[in-house]
Amino acid sequence: MEQVNNKSLGAYFKHHMREYGLLIALIAIMVFFQFMTDGTLLKPVNITNLFLQNSYIIIMALGMLVVIVSGNIDLSVGSVMGFVGAFAAVMVVEWGVPVSVTIVASLVVGIIIGAAQGYFVAYWKIPSFIVTLAGMLVFRGLSLWLLEGQSVGPFPKSFQLLSTGFIPDIVPAGVSSMFAEIAGTRNFNVLAMAIGIIAVAIIIWIGLRDRAHNAQYGIEGEPKAFFIARNAIVAGALLFVMFKLATFRGLPNVLISMVVLTVIYAFLTANTTIGRRIYALGGNEKAAKLSGIKTERLMFLSFVNMGLLAALAGLIFAARLNTATPKAGFAVELDVIAAVFIGGASMSGGSGKIIGAVVGAFIMGVMNNGMSILGIGIDYQQVIKGLVLLAAVFFDVYNKNKQG
Amino acid sequence: MTSLLEMRSITKTFPGVKALDQVNLDVKEGEIHAICGENGAGKSTLMKVLSGVYPAGSYDGQIHFDGQLAEFCTISDSEEKGIIIIHQELALVPLLSIAENLFLGNERASNGVINWRDTFQRTEALLKKVGLKEAPSTLIEKMGVGKQQLVEIAKALSKEVRLLILDEPTAALSESDSQALLDLMLELKSQGVTQIIISHKLNEVRRVADTVTVIRDGTSVSTMSAASGEITEDRIVRDMVGRDMSDRYPARPRNPSEVLMEVKNWNVWHPEHADRQMITDVSFDVRKGEVVGIAGLMGSGRTELAMSIFGRSYGRNISGEVTLNGKLTDVSRIDRAIAAGLAYVTEDRKSLGLVLDEDIRTNITLANLDEVSRAGVINEHEETQVSEKYRKAMNIRTPSVFQKVVNLSGGNQQKVVLSKWLFAEPEVLILDEPTRGIDVGAKFEIYGIINELAAQGKGVVMISSELPELLGMCDRIYVMNEGELVGELTAEEASQERIMSLIVTE
Repeated sequence: MEQVNNKSLGAYFKHHMREYGLLIALIAIMVFFQFMTDGTLLKPVNITNLFLQNSYIIIMALGMLVVIVSGNIDLSVGSVMGFVGAFAAVMVVEWGVPVSVTIVASLVVGIIIGAAQGYFVAYWKIPSFIVTLAGMLVFRGLSLWLLEGQSVGPFPKSFQLLSTGFIPDIVPAGVSSMFAEIAGTRNFNVLAMAIGIIAVAIIIWIGLRDRAHNAQYGIEGEPKAFFIARNAIVAGALLFVMFKLATFRGLPNVLISMVVLTVIYAFLTANTTIGRRIYALGGNEKAAKLSGIKTERLMFLSFVNMGLLAALAGLIFAARLNTATPKAGFAVELDVIAAVFIGGASMSGGSGKIIGAVVGAFIMGVMNNGMSILGIGIDYQQVIKGLVLLAAVFFDVYNKNKQG
Repeated sequence: MTSLLEMRSITKTFPGVKALDQVNLDVKEGEIHAICGENGAGKSTLMKVLSGVYPAGSYDGQIHFDGQLAEFCTISDSEEKGIIIIHQELALVPLLSIAENLFLGNERASNGVINWRDTFQRTEALLKKVGLKEAPSTLIEKMGVGKQQLVEIAKALSKEVRLLILDEPTAALSESDSQALLDLMLELKSQGVTQIIISHKLNEVRRVADTVTVIRDGTSVSTMSAASGEITEDRIVRDMVGRDMSDRYPARPRNPSEVLMEVKNWNVWHPEHADRQMITDVSFDVRKGEVVGIAGLMGSGRTELAMSIFGRSYGRNISGEVTLNGKLTDVSRIDRAIAAGLAYVTEDRKSLGLVLDEDIRTNITLANLDEVSRAGVINEHEETQVSEKYRKAMNIRTPSVFQKVVNLSGGNQQKVVLSKWLFAEPEVLILDEPTRGIDVGAKFEIYGIINELAAQGKGVVMISSELPELLGMCDRIYVMNEGELVGELTAEEASQERIMSLIVTE
């Protein structure tokens, strides 16, 4: 009996190798660098930095996943990000336009850029590789022109909050210093810890509810042991990270926007008709079309969405550097695309998950950060990142072939 | 005359199916030999055995070519002996020139450097031989199908051809191009080139063939020769279809009521070649509770007709009217056609009907996702229930609806496609080859589903290349040929002979 059970556990693991493998890879990489950097990697200040450094990649990876699932690619996101940052800088710093107006205008510019590229891809059937390669050159050039080759900055304080701000604690200072004493740290952000605990509770509650539903409908779900192990790891990691953040400056604004966006896009892709139709479009465009799905419009919208997120990333990036430079966003599209593919999306479209793209981005981010702490040169860093991308996709293909 | 090719007792089995059963074929030196048979009778399989696509050892029986036992393991083995097949789908590279195509893989070159002067000279000689007046540098893309066909033949002649096999060579050709091609065949014959022609067009067969072999259900049923005056169209048709009809089709009460859908004066042009009309002035109707068949050969325009009606998913410059329940209906976009109550089950379920990498559930709800959604959010549990319902009702053999459809058998995949369209709640279903490539048991189940739909008062249009299937299922059969309706037969009037003769006496 026991043996049979073990066998089915093993079979389940093999079948879902990709999902668990990704999580395990992230943990392994973090443990490796934690060890190699003598604990620097998971210091509160570095965890905060990790989020700040990678936020714009993760935000763009959300949109890129949608684009790639629909069977396309967007090479222009790095340039668009740089261009929007430059646009915002010129508006705020040189023309003195209010920050709120600038933010809205910048996002609209992103939408227009996405719409323009999406129009050619969706309605004229020009391969997205070509259209966005053109876009990459055009917007790189336009940001140079806008900035006249110079860096423009600094931004007003309120603009910087987009990236470097933290959410203030809600409890009186006395209470938090009491917690700080218990934790044995200089300060303690109760809100961060509380949000962490609530998030863990929600994740476990949703997980249990889905399991109950599945059981009710006779759907074979994850084995219990896996469910417990996976949730324990996720909950433990989440509480650990939140604790570390609490002992530093609390929750960065960027983290909140990142998490909210991730949840929204995970929901959109997994639970809505528009998400489902995008997967169908990427999986078999002709079949989707013959099922009455407006494939062109969906493709168009995926690029509009990408433009919007690239603009948001541009604002956050500019706010973090506190200046817009002509080099901003250079080659960033490659990191974004790599994150999505490491996260398990297929080049031919139709498959891939938001959470995979986010974990993929974190894998890249942790490696960047860890290697920088170790002082590994940019030359080796590139080589190692390239090999990791290849290994991840090879692992995918290898698994698929083995499953037959 | 001596035999150039003798195929003796060829038997070829695929898992579960005997595609060829003791087939004999005897082709004499210097003759034109026609092979006739319905779609799926085994003609192509036989040619694949001959050419080495199915290597020696994968079939039983013997092939003697030119007096020697031939055991071809690859196509190049058979080509080396001079057996060259020109397939229905031409194997030319559209963006290369005639000369480049003729010598592709066989370039006039020394040490990898192509001798263009030699290439062009030889090309000109070959083009003269097939009577094609084009410059050797003309791109294939710039020529019509008829001329491309001639280039294929020239390509065959550029090699040492002993036996030239033409698979449905005139299927895509206009009348005058067809005549020119047949003339060329006779001309080549006079030069001593032995040829095999596979064709449905019996008038053409009668015109060129010295000998005809008829294949039915994977066996060679008869061989007749022109010299003894045995070749008549009647006899070929009878031999092609002469199988007895047993109760392979479940019975249903037949009581069609009022007209449900009417298509009037439907015209469609080819999506790329704007001057080629694919459907000419077609009008037909379907009643409630009726199963209407559309018979015709491959390439007769049946699929093009169906797809152009279904949201203009094929063709351009489409004109004509569609009325549903007596009202003129807008079916100019696929979503509108679906909303109006049309469903089209494609003949190519893998590339047009299913998202193979998704599960059964996702595929079933795809055409009517809003039904299981509120404000754009899918209710997955409702979706699961719906697909479970169809899994049971349609008897889709799979442990769960979370199975990817790529892992299902053809019959079960087809049931998923049917489920998808039933869930969209159509009034008229157009089924394009609904039983292609599925086993007998699943076929019977699908016939049962079709009867059920008719009993519910839906209108069913059934396109099929299998005449017995149409005769067994339909209340009425339209016969289509070269984009036009050439006849309409009631169930009582219809017979395979009548349908075939309507097609071939064009």
